[in-house]
Amino acid sequence: MNHKVVPLRTYFLIWALLICATFTTLGVAFIDLGPWNIVVAMMIAFTKMSLVVLFFMHVKQQTALTKLFVVAGFFFLAILIFMAMTDYGTRSWMDSGRVW
Amino acid sequence: MSEMDATVEQHSPYLQHHFDDLHQQLDSSTLGMWVFLLTEIMFFGGMFGAYTIYRHMYPEAFASTSRYMEPVLGGINTAVLICSSLTMALAVRYAQIGNRKLIRIMLILTMIFGVAFIGVKFSEYYLHYKEHLVPWLDFQYPDHPEFYHNAQILFCFYFFMTGFHAIHMFVGLGLLTWLLVKNERMSFGPTYYNPVEITGLYWHFVDIVWIFLFPLLYLIGANK
Repeated sequence: MNHKVVPLRTYFLIWALLICATFTTLGVAFIDLGPWNIVVAMMIAFTKMSLVVLFFMHVKQQTALTKLFVVAGFFFLAILIFMAMTDYGTRSWMDSGRVW
Repeated sequence: MSEMDATVEQHSPYLQHHFDDLHQQLDSSTLGMWVFLLTEIMFFGGMFGAYTIYRHMYPEAFASTSRYMEPVLGGINTAVLICSSLTMALAVRYAQIGNRKLIRIMLILTMIFGVAFIGVKFSEYYLHYKEHLVPWLDFQYPDHPEFYHNAQILFCFYFFMTGFHAIHMFVGLGLLTWLLVKNERMSFGPTYYNPVEITGLYWHFVDIVWIFLFPLLYLIGANK
Protein backbone atom coordinates (compact mmCIF):
# COMPACT_ATOMS: atom_id res chain seq x y z
CA MET A 1 0.00 0.00 0.00
CA ASN A 2 1.25 3.48 0.80
CA HIS A 3 4.03 2.25 3.07
CA LYS A 4 7.21 1.09 1.40
CA VAL A 5 8.53 -2.26 2.59
CA VAL A 6 11.78 -1.33 4.33
CA PRO A 7 14.78 -3.61 3.57
CA LEU A 8 15.77 -6.04 6.36
CA ARG A 9 19.23 -4.44 6.45
CA THR A 10 17.75 -1.16 7.76
CA TYR A 11 15.95 -2.86 10.67
CA PHE A 12 19.07 -4.80 11.71
CA LEU A 13 21.23 -1.66 11.45
CA ILE A 14 18.83 0.30 13.71
CA TRP A 15 18.77 -2.64 16.16
CA ALA A 16 22.60 -2.72 16.26
CA LEU A 17 22.75 1.04 16.88
CA LEU A 18 20.20 0.75 19.71
CA ILE A 19 22.13 -2.08 21.38
CA CYS A 20 25.43 -0.11 21.11
CA ALA A 21 23.70 2.96 22.59
CA THR A 22 22.45 0.85 25.53
CA PHE A 23 26.00 -0.34 26.34
CA THR A 24 27.20 3.28 26.01
CA THR A 25 24.50 4.46 28.47
CA LEU A 26 25.54 1.79 30.97
CA GLY A 27 29.28 2.47 30.54
CA VAL A 28 29.12 6.26 30.69
CA ALA A 29 26.98 6.14 33.86
CA PHE A 30 29.97 4.76 35.82
CA ILE A 31 32.31 7.58 34.70
CA ASP A 32 32.04 10.69 36.85
CA LEU A 33 31.16 13.62 34.59
CA GLY A 34 29.56 15.65 37.36
CA PRO A 35 26.42 17.40 36.15
CA TRP A 36 27.08 16.17 32.60
CA ASN A 37 26.17 12.54 33.42
CA ILE A 38 22.44 13.25 33.16
CA VAL A 39 22.93 15.38 30.03
CA VAL A 40 24.82 12.59 28.22
CA ALA A 41 22.32 9.94 29.40
CA MET A 42 19.36 11.98 28.15
CA MET A 43 21.04 12.79 24.83
CA ILE A 44 21.63 9.06 24.21
CA ALA A 45 18.01 8.30 25.25
CA PHE A 46 16.67 10.97 22.85
CA THR A 47 18.80 9.55 20.03
CA LYS A 48 17.49 6.03 20.72
CA MET A 49 13.91 7.32 20.86
CA SER A 50 14.34 9.13 17.52
CA LEU A 51 15.66 5.96 15.86
CA VAL A 52 12.71 3.90 17.16
CA VAL A 53 10.14 6.56 16.20
CA LEU A 54 11.53 7.24 12.72
CA PHE A 55 12.38 3.70 11.60
CA PHE A 56 10.58 1.07 13.74
CA MET A 57 7.41 3.16 13.99
CA HIS A 58 7.70 4.27 10.33
CA VAL A 59 7.11 7.95 11.12
CA LYS A 60 9.72 8.74 8.45
CA GLN A 61 7.26 7.55 5.78
CA GLN A 62 4.02 8.81 7.38
CA THR A 63 1.85 11.69 6.21
CA ALA A 64 2.72 15.27 7.22
CA LEU A 65 -0.34 15.29 9.51
CA THR A 66 0.89 12.28 11.51
CA LYS A 67 4.38 13.81 11.76
CA LEU A 68 2.83 17.03 13.08
CA PHE A 69 0.91 15.08 15.76
CA VAL A 70 4.06 13.22 16.86
CA VAL A 71 6.06 16.45 17.18
CA ALA A 72 3.13 18.12 18.99
CA GLY A 73 3.08 15.31 21.57
CA PHE A 74 6.72 15.75 22.51
CA PHE A 75 6.37 19.54 22.35
CA PHE A 76 3.60 19.51 24.98
CA LEU A 77 5.62 17.12 27.15
CA ALA A 78 8.52 19.60 26.92
CA ILE A 79 6.16 22.42 28.01
CA LEU A 80 5.00 20.35 30.99
CA ILE A 81 8.51 19.69 32.27
CA PHE A 82 10.06 23.04 31.28
CA MET A 83 7.32 25.20 32.83
CA ALA A 84 7.33 23.11 36.02
CA MET A 85 11.08 23.60 36.30
CA THR A 86 10.88 27.38 35.75
CA ASP A 87 9.06 27.32 39.09
CA TYR A 88 10.80 24.57 41.11
CA GLY A 89 14.20 25.16 39.53
CA THR A 90 14.32 28.83 40.51
CA ARG A 91 12.88 28.74 44.06
CA SER A 92 16.36 28.47 45.61
CA TRP A 93 17.25 31.80 43.98
CA MET A 94 14.78 33.51 46.33
CA ASP A 95 16.18 31.76 49.44
CA SER A 96 19.65 33.09 48.67
CA GLY A 97 18.39 36.63 49.12
CA ARG A 98 18.46 37.66 45.49
CA VAL A 99 15.51 39.88 44.73
CA TRP A 100 14.40 40.27 41.14
CA MET B 1 -27.24 -2.37 -11.74
CA SER B 2 -24.52 -4.56 -13.15
CA GLU B 3 -22.12 -1.63 -12.84
CA MET B 4 -22.89 -1.33 -9.12
CA ASP B 5 -22.31 -5.04 -8.58
CA ALA B 6 -18.94 -4.72 -10.23
CA THR B 7 -18.00 -1.84 -7.91
CA VAL B 8 -19.07 -3.82 -4.86
CA GLU B 9 -16.97 -6.77 -5.94
CA GLN B 10 -13.87 -4.62 -6.32
CA HIS B 11 -14.02 -3.50 -2.69
CA SER B 12 -11.57 -5.25 -0.42
CA PRO B 13 -13.39 -7.14 2.37
CA TYR B 14 -11.15 -5.26 4.82
CA LEU B 15 -12.22 -1.80 3.64
CA GLN B 16 -14.73 -0.24 6.02
CA HIS B 17 -17.44 1.67 4.20
CA HIS B 18 -16.66 5.07 5.71
CA PHE B 19 -13.20 5.19 4.08
CA ASP B 20 -12.53 6.04 0.43
CA ASP B 21 -9.86 3.39 0.02
CA LEU B 22 -7.43 1.16 1.94
CA HIS B 23 -4.74 3.82 1.67
CA GLN B 24 -6.88 6.35 3.51
CA GLN B 25 -7.98 3.70 6.02
CA LEU B 26 -4.36 2.89 6.96
CA ASP B 27 -3.39 6.57 7.25
CA SER B 28 -6.44 7.21 9.46
CA SER B 29 -5.84 4.28 11.79
CA THR B 30 -2.16 5.25 12.08
CA LEU B 31 -3.06 8.84 12.97
CA GLY B 32 -5.71 7.61 15.41
CA MET B 33 -3.17 5.35 17.14
CA TRP B 34 -0.73 8.26 17.41
CA VAL B 35 -3.45 10.37 19.06
CA PHE B 36 -3.86 7.58 21.63
CA LEU B 37 -0.08 7.42 22.07
CA LEU B 38 -0.03 11.19 22.74
CA THR B 39 -2.38 10.59 25.70
CA GLU B 40 0.07 7.88 26.81
CA ILE B 41 2.98 10.34 26.49
CA MET B 42 1.13 12.75 28.78
CA PHE B 43 0.22 9.90 31.19
CA PHE B 44 3.84 8.85 31.62
CA GLY B 45 4.88 12.51 31.20
CA GLY B 46 3.11 13.43 34.45
CA MET B 47 5.26 10.89 36.28
CA PHE B 48 8.45 11.98 34.47
CA GLY B 49 7.63 15.61 35.34
CA ALA B 50 7.08 14.83 39.03
CA TYR B 51 10.29 12.76 39.00
CA THR B 52 12.24 15.73 37.58
CA ILE B 53 10.94 18.07 40.31
CA TYR B 54 11.72 15.70 43.21
CA ARG B 55 15.12 14.75 41.82
CA HIS B 56 15.91 18.47 41.64
CA MET B 57 14.78 18.90 45.28
CA TYR B 58 16.62 15.86 46.74
CA PRO B 59 19.59 15.09 44.46
CA GLU B 60 21.78 13.38 47.12
CA ALA B 61 18.96 11.19 48.45
CA PHE B 62 18.07 10.10 44.91
CA ALA B 63 21.72 9.37 44.05
CA SER B 64 22.12 7.28 47.23
CA THR B 65 19.57 4.72 45.94
CA SER B 66 21.72 3.65 43.00
CA ARG B 67 23.72 1.12 45.00
CA TYR B 68 20.52 -0.84 45.64
CA MET B 69 19.47 -0.93 41.98
CA GLU B 70 20.50 -3.68 39.57
CA PRO B 71 22.05 -1.80 36.60
CA VAL B 72 23.19 -5.01 34.88
CA LEU B 73 19.72 -6.59 35.09
CA GLY B 74 18.23 -3.27 33.93
CA GLY B 75 20.69 -3.13 31.04
CA ILE B 76 19.90 -6.73 30.04
CA ASN B 77 16.20 -5.88 30.13
CA THR B 78 16.80 -2.82 27.93
CA ALA B 79 18.56 -5.05 25.38
CA VAL B 80 15.74 -7.64 25.62
CA LEU B 81 13.13 -4.94 24.89
CA ILE B 82 15.16 -3.61 21.94
CA CYS B 83 15.33 -7.16 20.53
CA SER B 84 11.55 -7.46 20.98
CA SER B 85 11.12 -4.17 19.10
CA LEU B 86 13.22 -5.58 16.24
CA THR B 87 11.11 -8.77 16.01
CA MET B 88 7.92 -6.66 16.22
CA ALA B 89 9.15 -4.43 13.38
CA LEU B 90 9.96 -7.58 11.38
CA ALA B 91 6.46 -8.99 12.10
CA VAL B 92 5.02 -5.79 10.55
CA ARG B 93 7.38 -6.14 7.59
CA TYR B 94 6.33 -9.76 6.96
CA ALA B 95 2.68 -8.73 7.34
CA GLN B 96 3.30 -6.13 4.60
CA ILE B 97 4.48 -8.86 2.24
CA GLY B 98 1.98 -11.45 3.54
CA ASN B 99 4.24 -14.21 4.85
CA ARG B 100 2.02 -15.96 7.43
CA LYS B 101 4.70 -18.34 8.74
CA LEU B 102 7.28 -15.59 9.39
CA ILE B 103 4.63 -13.31 10.94
CA ARG B 104 3.86 -16.16 13.36
CA ILE B 105 7.55 -16.73 14.20
CA MET B 106 8.23 -13.02 14.73
CA LEU B 107 5.13 -12.54 16.93
CA ILE B 108 6.10 -15.54 19.08
CA LEU B 109 9.70 -14.26 19.39
CA THR B 110 8.36 -10.83 20.42
CA MET B 111 6.21 -12.49 23.10
CA ILE B 112 9.16 -14.57 24.37
CA PHE B 113 11.27 -11.40 24.75
CA GLY B 114 8.31 -9.67 26.44
CA VAL B 115 7.84 -12.50 28.94
CA ALA B 116 11.61 -12.59 29.60
CA PHE B 117 11.52 -8.86 30.36
CA ILE B 118 8.65 -9.27 32.84
CA GLY B 119 10.42 -12.25 34.45
CA VAL B 120 13.61 -10.23 35.05
CA LYS B 121 11.57 -7.24 36.24
CA PHE B 122 9.64 -9.24 38.82
CA SER B 123 12.78 -10.97 40.11
CA GLU B 124 14.16 -7.46 40.70
CA TYR B 125 11.00 -6.56 42.61
CA TYR B 126 11.52 -9.67 44.74
CA LEU B 127 15.15 -8.69 45.47
CA HIS B 128 14.01 -5.19 46.51
CA TYR B 129 11.30 -6.67 48.71
CA LYS B 130 13.83 -8.91 50.46
CA GLU B 131 16.14 -5.90 51.00
CA HIS B 132 13.28 -3.91 52.62
CA LEU B 133 13.30 -1.27 49.87
CA VAL B 134 9.54 -1.17 49.28
CA PRO B 135 7.93 1.92 50.87
CA TRP B 136 5.21 1.03 53.44
CA LEU B 137 6.39 -2.60 53.57
CA ASP B 138 8.91 -2.32 56.42
CA PHE B 139 11.18 0.09 54.52
CA GLN B 140 14.73 0.17 55.93
CA TYR B 141 17.63 2.39 54.90
CA PRO B 142 20.40 1.84 57.49
CA ASP B 143 23.34 3.02 55.33
CA HIS B 144 21.94 6.54 54.96
CA PRO B 145 19.46 7.17 57.80
CA GLU B 146 19.40 10.88 56.87
CA PHE B 147 17.78 9.92 53.55
CA TYR B 148 15.21 7.55 55.12
CA HIS B 149 12.26 9.68 53.99
CA ASN B 150 13.54 11.22 50.77
CA ALA B 151 14.93 7.96 49.37
CA GLN B 152 11.42 6.49 49.70
CA ILE B 153 10.22 9.12 47.22
CA LEU B 154 12.59 7.67 44.62
CA PHE B 155 11.47 4.12 45.40
CA CYS B 156 7.83 5.21 45.02
CA PHE B 157 8.70 6.58 41.56
CA TYR B 158 10.61 3.38 40.81
CA PHE B 159 7.73 1.04 41.67
CA PHE B 160 4.99 3.20 40.14
CA MET B 161 6.81 3.97 36.87
CA THR B 162 8.18 0.46 36.27
CA GLY B 163 4.84 -0.95 37.52
CA PHE B 164 2.79 1.05 35.03
CA HIS B 165 5.34 0.08 32.37
CA ALA B 166 4.89 -3.60 33.29
CA ILE B 167 1.08 -3.24 33.05
CA HIS B 168 1.61 -1.88 29.54
CA MET B 169 3.77 -4.92 28.76
CA PHE B 170 0.93 -7.25 29.86
CA VAL B 171 -1.51 -5.33 27.61
CA GLY B 172 1.01 -5.64 24.75
CA LEU B 173 1.29 -9.41 25.30
CA GLY B 174 -2.53 -9.61 25.14
CA LEU B 175 -2.54 -7.69 21.84
CA LEU B 176 0.19 -9.98 20.44
CA THR B 177 -1.88 -13.06 21.38
CA TRP B 178 -4.86 -11.53 19.56
CA LEU B 179 -2.65 -10.89 16.48
CA LEU B 180 -1.34 -14.46 16.60
CA VAL B 181 -4.92 -15.82 16.43
CA LYS B 182 -5.91 -13.26 13.77
CA ASN B 183 -2.89 -14.25 11.66
CA GLU B 184 -4.17 -17.86 11.46
CA ARG B 185 -7.75 -16.87 10.65
CA MET B 186 -7.08 -14.29 7.92
CA SER B 187 -4.33 -13.33 5.53
CA PHE B 188 -2.38 -10.19 6.26
CA GLY B 189 -0.81 -8.85 3.11
CA PRO B 190 0.08 -5.75 1.09
CA THR B 191 -3.56 -4.61 1.00
CA TYR B 192 -4.31 -5.04 4.73
CA TYR B 193 -1.91 -5.27 7.64
CA ASN B 194 -3.28 -2.42 9.81
CA PRO B 195 -3.71 -4.43 13.07
CA VAL B 196 -0.05 -5.55 12.99
CA GLU B 197 1.17 -2.01 12.22
CA ILE B 198 -0.96 -0.46 14.99
CA THR B 199 0.03 -3.05 17.60
CA GLY B 200 3.64 -2.45 16.54
CA LEU B 201 3.26 1.28 17.29
CA TYR B 202 2.03 0.42 20.80
CA TRP B 203 4.84 -2.07 21.44
CA HIS B 204 7.54 0.37 20.27
CA PHE B 205 6.03 3.12 22.46
CA VAL B 206 6.35 0.89 25.54
CA ASP B 207 9.97 0.25 24.52
CA ILE B 208 10.62 4.03 24.33
CA VAL B 209 9.24 4.55 27.86
CA TRP B 210 11.75 1.98 29.12
CA ILE B 211 14.61 3.65 27.19
CA PHE B 212 14.05 6.67 29.47
CA LEU B 213 13.23 4.76 32.67
CA PHE B 214 16.51 2.82 32.56
CA PRO B 215 18.98 5.74 32.93
CA LEU B 216 16.62 7.76 35.16
CA LEU B 217 15.94 5.03 37.74
CA TYR B 218 18.93 2.68 37.64
CA LEU B 219 21.92 4.93 36.96
CA ILE B 220 21.28 8.11 38.99
CA GLY B 221 24.34 7.92 41.23
CA ALA B 222 26.37 5.15 39.58
CA ASN B 223 29.23 7.62 39.01
CA LYS B 224 29.67 8.29 42.76
